[in-house]
Amino acid sequence: MERLRVDWRVATVSGVVDETPSARTLVLDVDGWPGHRAGQHADVRLTAEDGYQAERSYSIASAPEDPQVSLTIERIDDGEVSPYLAGELRDGDQFELRGPIGGHFTWRAQEGGPLLLVGGGSGLVPLMAMLRHRAAAGSDARTVLLVSSRTEEDILYRAELDRLASEGDGLAVHHTLTRGTPEGWQGSDRRVDAEMLTEVGPPVADAPRIFVCGPTPFVEAVADLLVGMGHAPASIHAERFGPTGG
Amino acid sequence: MAFVSRGFRGRQRRDVDATRVPPGQYVVNDFPVLSAGPTPRTDTADWSFRIDGEIDEPLSWTWDELMALPQETFTVDIHCVTKWSKLDTTWTGVSIDTLLDGVDTEAEHIVAWCDGDYTTNVPLEDVTGGRAWLAHTFAGEPLAAEHGGPARLLVPHLYFWKSAKWVRGLTLTIEDQPGFWELAGYHNYGDPWREQRYWSD
Repeated sequence: MERLRVDWRVATVSGVVDETPSARTLVLDVDGWPGHRAGQHADVRLTAEDGYQAERSYSIASAPEDPQVSLTIERIDDGEVSPYLAGELRDGDQFELRGPIGGHFTWRAQEGGPLLLVGGGSGLVPLMAMLRHRAAAGSDARTVLLVSSRTEEDILYRAELDRLASEGDGLAVHHTLTRGTPEGWQGSDRRVDAEMLTEVGPPVADAPRIFVCGPTPFVEAVADLLVGMGHAPASIHAERFGPTGG
Repeated sequence: MAFVSRGFRGRQRRDVDATRVPPGQYVVNDFPVLSAGPTPRTDTADWSFRIDGEIDEPLSWTWDELMALPQETFTVDIHCVTKWSKLDTTWTGVSIDTLLDGVDTEAEHIVAWCDGDYTTNVPLEDVTGGRAWLAHTFAGEPLAAEHGGPARLLVPHLYFWKSAKWVRGLTLTIEDQPGFWELAGYHNYGDPWREQRYWSD
């Protein structure tokens, strides 16, 4: 396997995009970025004037084909780092970043499909990198994305997902909302369950490659459901994150 | 010169002894879960633990046999490579020294192997000398499956991925054999105090 040194690099903010009321994307120019695979993450290091440092990990949202690196950061109100990254930072600001990190939760277009991607909240971020990579690579791998969000306004990348799903190249996107639905809502209105996975997902017989990312209870529940439905445990790639003061 | 992030002040916790927090880590009160696949669930009735590899006769224990061995309850700090540290965690388990008591081996390393096909490598000297346990109880309760129950390896002086969840055996090896995360770019040894997160650290 290719081994690239994991060194700290300077990242310069070249754009900020407010995705939802609580999530913001930072578009970054990173000196000497070695490239990444869709699904990997990066470490961010902030240094205060008194020398105090804080580090956190964030999934990369951009495709490997994108010359800039995007991170989408969910603001945790009592967090130490996310309110700074998703609130204070402006164009031109700099911080340190290193990566890419993680070789397990990744997908390359040449690996093909079918794919089942299941994201809870900001767990959509690394899955979005896969979809952007899929589009950039011109892949028509049969792909189902199931996104669980709290409310409609919490859905990340909504317009881009609508556009990608309308390309007719084998991508289907299904939304579910767990805390109320607006009038005329076309998606589901409950937590992900076996019935929903059966309805939207590729059948077990097709042996899809599966990626599940989200808060720990979400991933635990979805992964258990998938195993219960008969999907091979080894086909289920999981990435969990917890509410841990980030 | 240190690189300063404009406007970042940080909010180091004052209720935490900074000398107990390795570089780049922050202290949490909850217990995050990190694993690469679904959570395996093995009933203790079907569970066994095996030591094999560079040993004359492989050893194995059933759950009841493990419980009949001398138990230790200990309080340690744990450090996950994903940046969180948790202080003063209390566990009960069997020291690896107890499991290896009387074993004569040329091995210098172990590979821990697990339900769910996870593996991780640790130098033998790091799992002996009172530094590692086969732990089955956390904070007085049976260890939950999502945290590695029924039993996990506990090597608290290394990053927590070395403390393999759902561990079912140790293979004693002469040569060092990198495991799951070690092959995926993480550090081969993983000392949090030297911030050995990734292979090039």
